[in-house]
Amino acid sequence: MNIVFVIAVVAGTALLSWPAGKYMAAMMHPAAGAKSRVSQLDRIAGKLAEQDWKQYCFSLLLFNAFMFTVTFLLLSLQQYLPLNPDGKGAIEPSLVFNTTASFVTNTNLQHYSGEVSMSYLSQLCPLMWLQFVSAATGIAALCALARCLAGNVRCGNFYRDVLRATFLVLLPAAIIVALLLVAGGAPMTLQGAATASSPEGVVQTIARGPVAAFVAIKQLGTNGGGFFGPNSTHPFENPSFLTNIVECMSIMVLSMACVWMFGRITGRLRHAAVIFGAMALLLTLKIGFAVYFESAPAAALHDLPLVASSNMEGKELRFGSTAGPLWAAFTTATSNGSVNSMHNSLNPLAGLVPLAGMWLNETFGGLGVGMINMFLYLIVGVFIAGLMVGRTPEYLTRKVETREMKLAILALLVHPLFILGGTALFASTPWGMGTIKNPGARGFTEILYEFSSAAANNGSGYEGLGDNSAPWNIATGLVMLLARFIPIIIPLAIAGSLAAKKPTPVTTGTLRVDTPLFGMVLLGSVILIGALLFLPVAVLGPVAEHLAALPR
Amino acid sequence: MSQTIPIQEPSGTEAKLSRRKARQAALFEPDLVWTAAKQSIVMLKPWLMVRNPVMFVTEVSAALSTLVLALDLQRGAENLPYTVTVVVVLWLTVLFANFAEALAEARGKAQAETLRRTRGTTVARRRRDDASIDITTSDDLRIGDVVLVAAGEVIPSDGEVIAGAAMVDESAITGESAPVVREAGGDRSGVTGGTRVLSDEITVRITTGVGESFLDRMIALVEGAVRQKTPNELALTVTLAGMTLAFLLVTGAIGPMGRYFGVEIPLPTLMALLVCLIPTTIGALLAAIGLAGMDRALSANVLAKSGKAVELAGDVDTLLLDKTGTITMGDRQATAFHPLPGIDPALLAEAAMLASFGDPTPEGKSILVLGEQLLGARAPRERTGGELIAFSAHTRLSGLNLPDGRKYRKGAGDAVRRFVLEQGGEIPPALQPMVDSVARQGATPIVAALGGEVLGVIELSDVLKPGIRDRFERLSAMGLRVVMVTGDNPLTAAAIAAQAGVDDYIAEATPEDKLEYIRREQRGGRLVAMMGDGTNDAPALAQADIGVAMSSGTQAAKEAGNMVDLDSDPTKLIEVIEIGKQLLITRGALTTFSIANDVAKYFAIIPAMFVLALPRLAPLNVMGLSTPQSAILSALIFNAIIIPILIPIAIKGVTYRPLGADALLRNNLLIYGLGGILAPFAGIKLIDLVLGATQIF
Repeated sequence: MNIVFVIAVVAGTALLSWPAGKYMAAMMHPAAGAKSRVSQLDRIAGKLAEQDWKQYCFSLLLFNAFMFTVTFLLLSLQQYLPLNPDGKGAIEPSLVFNTTASFVTNTNLQHYSGEVSMSYLSQLCPLMWLQFVSAATGIAALCALARCLAGNVRCGNFYRDVLRATFLVLLPAAIIVALLLVAGGAPMTLQGAATASSPEGVVQTIARGPVAAFVAIKQLGTNGGGFFGPNSTHPFENPSFLTNIVECMSIMVLSMACVWMFGRITGRLRHAAVIFGAMALLLTLKIGFAVYFESAPAAALHDLPLVASSNMEGKELRFGSTAGPLWAAFTTATSNGSVNSMHNSLNPLAGLVPLAGMWLNETFGGLGVGMINMFLYLIVGVFIAGLMVGRTPEYLTRKVETREMKLAILALLVHPLFILGGTALFASTPWGMGTIKNPGARGFTEILYEFSSAAANNGSGYEGLGDNSAPWNIATGLVMLLARFIPIIIPLAIAGSLAAKKPTPVTTGTLRVDTPLFGMVLLGSVILIGALLFLPVAVLGPVAEHLAALPR
Repeated sequence: MSQTIPIQEPSGTEAKLSRRKARQAALFEPDLVWTAAKQSIVMLKPWLMVRNPVMFVTEVSAALSTLVLALDLQRGAENLPYTVTVVVVLWLTVLFANFAEALAEARGKAQAETLRRTRGTTVARRRRDDASIDITTSDDLRIGDVVLVAAGEVIPSDGEVIAGAAMVDESAITGESAPVVREAGGDRSGVTGGTRVLSDEITVRITTGVGESFLDRMIALVEGAVRQKTPNELALTVTLAGMTLAFLLVTGAIGPMGRYFGVEIPLPTLMALLVCLIPTTIGALLAAIGLAGMDRALSANVLAKSGKAVELAGDVDTLLLDKTGTITMGDRQATAFHPLPGIDPALLAEAAMLASFGDPTPEGKSILVLGEQLLGARAPRERTGGELIAFSAHTRLSGLNLPDGRKYRKGAGDAVRRFVLEQGGEIPPALQPMVDSVARQGATPIVAALGGEVLGVIELSDVLKPGIRDRFERLSAMGLRVVMVTGDNPLTAAAIAAQAGVDDYIAEATPEDKLEYIRREQRGGRLVAMMGDGTNDAPALAQADIGVAMSSGTQAAKEAGNMVDLDSDPTKLIEVIEIGKQLLITRGALTTFSIANDVAKYFAIIPAMFVLALPRLAPLNVMGLSTPQSAILSALIFNAIIIPILIPIAIKGVTYRPLGADALLRNNLLIYGLGGILAPFAGIKLIDLVLGATQIF
C-alpha cells in the first residue's frame, strides 16, 4: 500500500511535468510571431533589448540587489508599518540579514517562527513577493542558459523573463494550488489571530492569516518557507491527506517541468529525457532508501515490548508514515525545504537522504537552478566521456575546452567548499559546538545539515540547533547568497562562451548525449564527483549514529 | 673526392636497423629504464613539479610527512614503522610519476638520437655564384646555398633539387630500403639531409638553416624542449587540478571535524588520504601519454610540427584523399574483353594481345596478362616477322602488321575508328553503346580491330587497392567523411567513388577546387585533413587543419603542411588520425580509471581513520582489512604501484578499434570505469594480506 502511494505520487508528478514543461516553454520562449498572452505581457512591459550573457547576469544581480535592499528595509521597519494586527515588534539585525538573504536566494531557511516574529505585511509583501520573483529568477536564468546552448549569443532579456515567469508561470500555478488548498481546508484571511475559549475556560490564541496563498507559492517555487514555524506539519498549512498529496506534488512538478523546458528551448527533447531519466533514477533511489529506513521504529524503542511498527516519531498521523520520508526526499531533492515531518526525528540513515539530496542538489533541484547545476555535471561528464571516444569533447555541437572546464570546476567547488568548510569551522568552534542540543554524531549532523541546507538554497532544517545566533545568521546568510549567485553566473558564462563558438557537425564519431549510455555517464559523474566529496561527513554523521544505535 | 667527416655515419642498413630497434624497444629496456630512473630524481625539483598540479600536491604531502617523521624521531614517538612506510610510499608515488614521464621521454630521445646520428656533419660542395666550387661542411650551409651531390655522397641538408635527377637511398630516414627517384621540377624534388645519393649527380638548393630542419624540430619536440601542453591536455590538467583542490578541501575539513569527535588525526594519515583521493594515476601518466603520442607518430615515420597537430588529427571530420596511389593501384589495368555480337571472344583476346605487343606501357602489359589468362596455351607468342606499330601519345594506337597482311590495332575509340574507316571497313552500330556502357562504369574503353573489322572493346579499369573498401568502412564508422580527389572526368570519378565507398569526390580537380572544397567544409565547422606533395598543393595543405606533406614532395608543400610523412605513403593520413584518437582515448580512459579507484580507497581509509575513536564504525570495514594502519597503507601502496603498472598502457596507448562513438564509450566505460571501481578492491585486499603477513602493522 505504501509503495503504491509512493509510486502514484512520483509517477503522477512526472506525468504532470510533461504538459507543464510544454506550457512553460511556450510562455518563456514563445515561437516567433505566436500571438498569446506572452505578446500582451510584452506589450505592457515595452520593448526590452536582447542581452548577451554578461548583460543578462548584470541585470539579474542588479534586480536581486534591489530586492535585497527593499526587503531588508521592510523587515527592519516592520514595527512601524501597517498590516500588523498582532503588533509584532522589531527583528534582530542579523536575523533580518539572514531572512532577507534566505528569501532573495529562494532558500527560505527560517531562523524564526513566522507566526511569532513576522507581521502580515512582512509575510505577504517582501517574503511572499520574493517567493515569486526568486523562483522566477531561477527559471529566467535557465532560459538564458538554454538559449545560449541553442547557439544564441543573445540570450533574452532578464526583466522580460522574470515578468513572464512570474505572471505567466508561477502566478497561474499558484492560484490553482491555492484554490485546491482552500478547498482542502487551509485558511485564507487577513484578519488577526482568532481567540477561542475551550470548554475548560482556557483562552487560546489561534494564529491564522493568508495561509493558502503563501503555502501555494512556497511549494511551487521551491521556496519552502512556511507561514507557520512548523511548516507543512501545521494543520492550517496542510490540513489533510489530500492537501498533503497536492503540496507534495507541487514541490516537484515545476522543477521536473524545467528539464522539459530546457529540452524544448535547446531543441533537444531526447537529451532532456536522458537527463530527466538520470535525475528520476537518483530520486527514486533516495525515496526508496528513506522509506525503507523509516519503516523501522526509532532506535530508542528497541528494547520496548512493541508490535513492529514504522518510525512514527515526528510524523503527522493524518499523512501516514510513508508521506514523511517521501516528502523529505522531494523537498531536499528540489531546493524546496518545506517539511511535513520533523527531519530531526528521522532514523539516522533515512536522515542521510535529505542530506544527500542537498549535496547533489540537482535531482531536479531548485526551480531553474537545479537544471543549471546539472549542466555543470553535464559539462564534466561530456569532457571525460568525450575524450574516451577520441575527439575533443563537445557539448551540443560546441567544443568544451580549457576555459569551460576551468569555470565548470570552479562552480562545482563552491558547493563543497561552503558545506565542508562551514561544517569544519562550526564543528570545531563554540559558534557551532555551543548551539547543538544533541552531543556526538547527531549534533554533528545538525551542523552539517544547516550548512548543507544553506549552500543548497534548500531551507529545511534538521532542527535541534539553536541557530538564531549572530554567527549562524551571518554565516548561513553569506553562504546562501554566494552559493546562489556564483552557480548561476558561472554556468551562464560557460554557456555564453560555448554559444560564441562555431558548431561542429555531428557524425557517428560524435559523443551522443541522448542515449541511455550517456545517462550512465551522467549518473557516474554525479555520483563519483558529487558524492565522493561528501562521503567522509556522511560517515561521521548519520552512518556513525546509525551504527552506534544498532543493538549490540 | 667528397667524404664524410668521420663523426658517426652508419650505413643505411645499420641506421635502419637501429631505428627499427628503437621503434620496437622493449617497454622497460634496461638502458632506458636506468636513464629514466636517474632522471626521475632530478625531476623532483619543486619548480619542475609545479607544472603538474596533482603531483606537486603529492610532493608537498610527502615533504610535510617527512617533516612530521623527523619530529617523531626526535620525540621517539610510537607508530614509527607506520609513519616511515607512509613517507616512503608517498615519495615513491612522486618518483613513479616522474619515472613514467622520464621513460616516455627517454624512448622519444632514443628514437630522435638514431635520427640525429644520420645527421652527422657532412662535407658539402657549395657552388658559388661564379660557378666555382668550395668545400665546406653542412653546418655552414645557409638557406639559398646551392650544393652539388654526386653518387655515393650524403645530402648535407634539407633542400630542393634544382637540376638533375638521381636515385636516392632514404633508408636512414624512412627505414625503407628501396631507393627513390628525386628529380628537378615536378613533385619529387624534395630531398632530406642525411640521405645518400646512389646514382648520378643532382644540384640541390638548401631550404633550411642549421637546426631548423623538420628533423631538428621533431627532435626538439620529443626532447621536451619545446613541448607545450596541447589544448586538450591543458583542459584536462585544469580539470585534474580542480579535483585536487576539491579533495584538498575534503581532507582539510576532516582535521577540524575530527576534533569535534575528540580525534586527533596524524598528519601523515591525512596526507595518505589526500594522495589516495586526488587523481594521481592520471596526473602521473598525463605527460607520458602526450610524449608517447608523439613517439608513436614518429614510429609511423611521421614528423609533426607540434604535439597539437597530432592531437588535432583525432578531431578530423573530412579526409581528402588522392585517388591515384591511395584508393586505386595507380595504373589502369585490363579487366575484361567485350566482343561485339558475332565475334569469337578468343579472336578478340588474340587480336588484343597481338596489337599490344607494341605497347610497353603498364596498360598494354595488363592486356597481355589478361589475354594469357583467358587463352592459356593458345595465347599468341611475340615473334619476329611482323611489323610492330608502337604506341605513341600522338597516334594513341598500337598494333601489329603481320606478313600475311593482317593488321591488328587497338587504341582509343576515335583513333581505331579512323583506322577502320581507312581500311574500308564500317563501324558496327553495337559499338557505341558498348563503349558508353564501359565508360559509365568508370572504366576506360579501348577498341580492338582486325583490318576493317571492329572486334570489340577492351575494358581498362582502375583497380582498387586491396582492402581499401574495408578501410573506408572503418573510417565512416569512426564518423569520418572520405572525399576522393581525382583528375578523372565526373563519370569515371563517380563510378570509382561508388566502388570504393567514399562519401564524395572532386572530379577534374584543380588545386583551386581542392582549396575551395576545404574552405567549404571548414565553413560547416568540419576539420579537414589532406595529404599532398606538389607545390600547387601548398595552399590547400596550408588551409587544411591537418596537412600531411609527403617527404618526396616539394619544399613548398612541406612548409605548408603541419606534418611530413617520411614514407610518402598516401594512406598514412588514416594512421595519423588513429594515433590522434588513441591519444585522447588513453587520457580519458585513465582519468576515468583514476577517479573510479577512489571508491575502494574510501572504503579502506575512512573507517580506518576513525575506528579507534568511534569503534562502532568497524562494520564499515567491508573489505575485512586486518588493522587500521594496514588498511591505510594498503590503499596508499595500491595508489602508488598502479602507476608503474599502467605505464605500458600510457606509452602504447589503449587498444584502439575504429568504432562509432557509442561503442567506443561503452567499451571504455566497462573496462576503465567498472574495472576502475573493482580492481582496487582486489588490489588493496591483496596488499593488506601481504602487509598482515609481515606482522609489523
